[in-house]
Amino acid sequence: MWLRVFSMTGAAMLMGSCSEGVLDPHGPVGKAERIILYDATAIMLAVVIPVIVLTLVFAWWFRARNSRARYRPDWEFSGRIEMIIWSIPALVILFLGGIAWTGSHDLDPPVPLQESAAPLDIEVISFDWQWLFIYPHEGIASLNRLVVPAGVPLRFRLTSTTVMNSFFVPQLGSQIYAMPNMVTRLNLEADQPGTFEGLSAQFSGDGFSDMRFDLVSMVPEAFQDWVSTTKAQGGVLDTSTVAELVKPAKAEGSQTYAQVSAGLFDSISSGHKTAVSPQRGQ
Amino acid sequence: MLGRLSWAAIPFDVPVVMIAAGSVGFLIFCVLALVTVKGWWPYLWREWITSVDHKRIGVMYIFLALLMLVRGFSDAMLMRSQLALAAGHAQGYLPPEHYDQIFSAHGTIMIFFVAMPFVIGLMNFVLPLQLGVRDVAFPVLNSIGFWLSAAGVLLVNVSLVVGEFARTGWLAYPPLSEVAYSPGVGVDYYLWSLQISGLGTLLSGINLTTTILKLRAPGMGYRQMPIFCWTALASNLLIVAAFPILTATFAMLLLDRYCGFHFFTNDLGGNPMMYINLIWSWGHPEVYILILPAFGVFSEVVATFSGKPLFGRRSMVMATLVICMLSFVVWLHHFFTMGAGANVNAFFGVMTMIIAVPTGVKVFNWLFTLYGGRIRFTVPVYWALGFMVTFVIGGMTGVLMAIPPADFVLHNSLFLIAHFHNVAIGGVVFGVMAGISYWFPKAFGFTLNERLGKAVFWCWFVGFYLAFMPLYVLGLMGATRRMQHYSNMHWRPLMLVALAGALLILLGIVLTGVQLAVSIRRRALNRDVTGDPWNGRTLEWSIPSPPPVWNFSHLPQVGRADWFWTMKQQRGTAQDRNINQTYETIHVPRNTPTGFFLAFFAVLLGFSLIWRIWWGAGLGLLGAIVVCLIQAWRTDGEIEVPAEKVAAFERLHGLKESAV
Repeated sequence: MWLRVFSMTGAAMLMGSCSEGVLDPHGPVGKAERIILYDATAIMLAVVIPVIVLTLVFAWWFRARNSRARYRPDWEFSGRIEMIIWSIPALVILFLGGIAWTGSHDLDPPVPLQESAAPLDIEVISFDWQWLFIYPHEGIASLNRLVVPAGVPLRFRLTSTTVMNSFFVPQLGSQIYAMPNMVTRLNLEADQPGTFEGLSAQFSGDGFSDMRFDLVSMVPEAFQDWVSTTKAQGGVLDTSTVAELVKPAKAEGSQTYAQVSAGLFDSISSGHKTAVSPQRGQ
Repeated sequence: MLGRLSWAAIPFDVPVVMIAAGSVGFLIFCVLALVTVKGWWPYLWREWITSVDHKRIGVMYIFLALLMLVRGFSDAMLMRSQLALAAGHAQGYLPPEHYDQIFSAHGTIMIFFVAMPFVIGLMNFVLPLQLGVRDVAFPVLNSIGFWLSAAGVLLVNVSLVVGEFARTGWLAYPPLSEVAYSPGVGVDYYLWSLQISGLGTLLSGINLTTTILKLRAPGMGYRQMPIFCWTALASNLLIVAAFPILTATFAMLLLDRYCGFHFFTNDLGGNPMMYINLIWSWGHPEVYILILPAFGVFSEVVATFSGKPLFGRRSMVMATLVICMLSFVVWLHHFFTMGAGANVNAFFGVMTMIIAVPTGVKVFNWLFTLYGGRIRFTVPVYWALGFMVTFVIGGMTGVLMAIPPADFVLHNSLFLIAHFHNVAIGGVVFGVMAGISYWFPKAFGFTLNERLGKAVFWCWFVGFYLAFMPLYVLGLMGATRRMQHYSNMHWRPLMLVALAGALLILLGIVLTGVQLAVSIRRRALNRDVTGDPWNGRTLEWSIPSPPPVWNFSHLPQVGRADWFWTMKQQRGTAQDRNINQTYETIHVPRNTPTGFFLAFFAVLLGFSLIWRIWWGAGLGLLGAIVVCLIQAWRTDGEIEVPAEKVAAFERLHGLKESAV
């Protein structure tokens, strides 16, 4: 009975972790990061597993009651072993250090992806506790729902009107902080159509748990249709709309804007028009 | 008159809080009533509250930590049960404004008021005994340090009933912790309790560093010093170097909150990123402040119960010091996702990984200490082996997250939570538990019940894996930390497994209580009459258990490391007696209530500042200054223990130390 429960949870754990989240990436960034996760884990397991096994074997063999084990009460030094035990972790770290160094350069969030297609610019603004996505070249915006074309590099600029948040779509890869009076940059891509969950990974207050959004990836033609529909639907995003958005509210439902006043993101990120949100109640 | 304080500050409408507060209040009342009825006050006052004996203070630190473990673990149970319930559309039973306080309190309490007093308590108790000296360098300062920590503990717990605690996470990142986003008193409780207890920690760090550097038995150079003293030295150096950063950082945030400064605010040139850098340049050394003494405990335990000297002692010392230094150049790995750029991220990633080298060396050293040993499977050995198996996994996931691109997908996820609980429980808690069962007979004169001790170990060990392995998986599935509820129903089974693990750890904590009670009741059966119950190697085992106030009737003359072991080999058993020795009059520090009164005024000061009761703050500050002045003019700091009394004690307890 217990065995069944354990094996079922074990199976659920394995399947669950492989069919969603960061081990099931749908974009080049996430895929490269998964390779790093696997490689680094494999390299380290090559040392960690023998250490665990040796610990148990030594402890068992040299138990006090085992008369066959040789007791060496004064053995406390061996230059050869010392040499080896400094070398093994050093070599592993040399290896992993290389991965870390090249990885941080290849996958640096602000570095554009090496793709043939022209990137789509998206500006991300975090509120208490909602996400606003502005498409500067299309002149439209979307609240709590991020629609993107599949197979097109996405070039994000991010800021926050209030506290820190972290913009994260686990199945696409890297996250980055969105911070007040700061602009951070991130490059991602969804390589196929689908809906992926996005979230804030940095605690930001009482509405944090609901600060989620859907990233909807669609074929480029469908994306163009969505842009046209959005433009037809109306809705204006300007300073007065932003003044409404800075009021603390849970992310409930999405909304689109057909018109975005120019330079809105820059004025918010440079702090000039940052309306400090009304004091949060106790 | 009372600043912001009013009846509205007490959450009469929140049943969870009122029930918790009511039962805790009732318990405290019962204890106080019992002490009063039995007439134990004079004894407590004389022997414990005013004591400046490092052994008593060490025991009080650990008692405080155990109490706070119960508090911090209650918070953990609330969180685990909330997350077991709040799946899909369910919101659980804790609304965000309450849940956010619970995880903030859990982190704050577990690090500052459980882990810290545990390791400081162990160091306090053990260091002078291992160094072969009669007390720490500054006994009164030691008492003050303890009582200031206790003052911080009191303030944190008052926040449960009067007002609220911070809702910002355990490090209170601005701008969330600024007045604009956290106008209540929660963050003020957080800041003042940590400022007060942080001062206590700093004092204790100065004291113990001085003790190790300046007070050692004749003949004990650094090469002869026990390995626990080495790790304690590294840990205390880190305290002295790192805690002022914490104090300064909090001072700036306090200025922001109280005086309208703009160090970390969004507007007028403030920069929250500065706080995050500063707090982690304290925060990462803090990790090693906690783990290094635990490494020391394991080194002592593994060597003692293998019946062998520690393998590669010089390596071990070198590894400890390398960790000590490197711990200051890795802080940025806590925020690779802040966008520092590839070179900076890569540098800090590689530096972080380099720490894995000396740490790995340590693990191999323990491994080869086991090799060729004659291992006795006592409770401390269980903890040590459990640690070696568990800690390497935590180390592995730590190095994994030190790779910046890997951190980009794991940062702030439950994977991170699993990682640091893996090293905090598998490292610090296991180490402290090993240390407590190892040195308990030295402190109280009888050993702890072994069977129950092993049961406690298995509860923690299995409970840990059940509670945190699912969190690794959940993190990979995209679950983030500090969620009050989640919509993905796939996560629920794993959350339930984690809850089961937490329940098992709860059983372990309950069994610790049972173990203590049973061991005390049957102490006559487990009496440690030799002072050396484990066939130990270092000086603390050369004196009776419990040791007299003056520790060593004669200061030992040390020739090499593991000196007590060497002497036992040379002179036969530990039972050598030589009653015809002469004794000298010994001076020991006189007890003083300075620390207790200072803590009293610190609580008054902190509480008044939190609630903006300015006259109370003035009174608290004035009182504290007066207490310090009285202490400064005190001239009767020592009492004499006459030679006859020492001789009488030695006749009674046998003179093993003459072997030394």
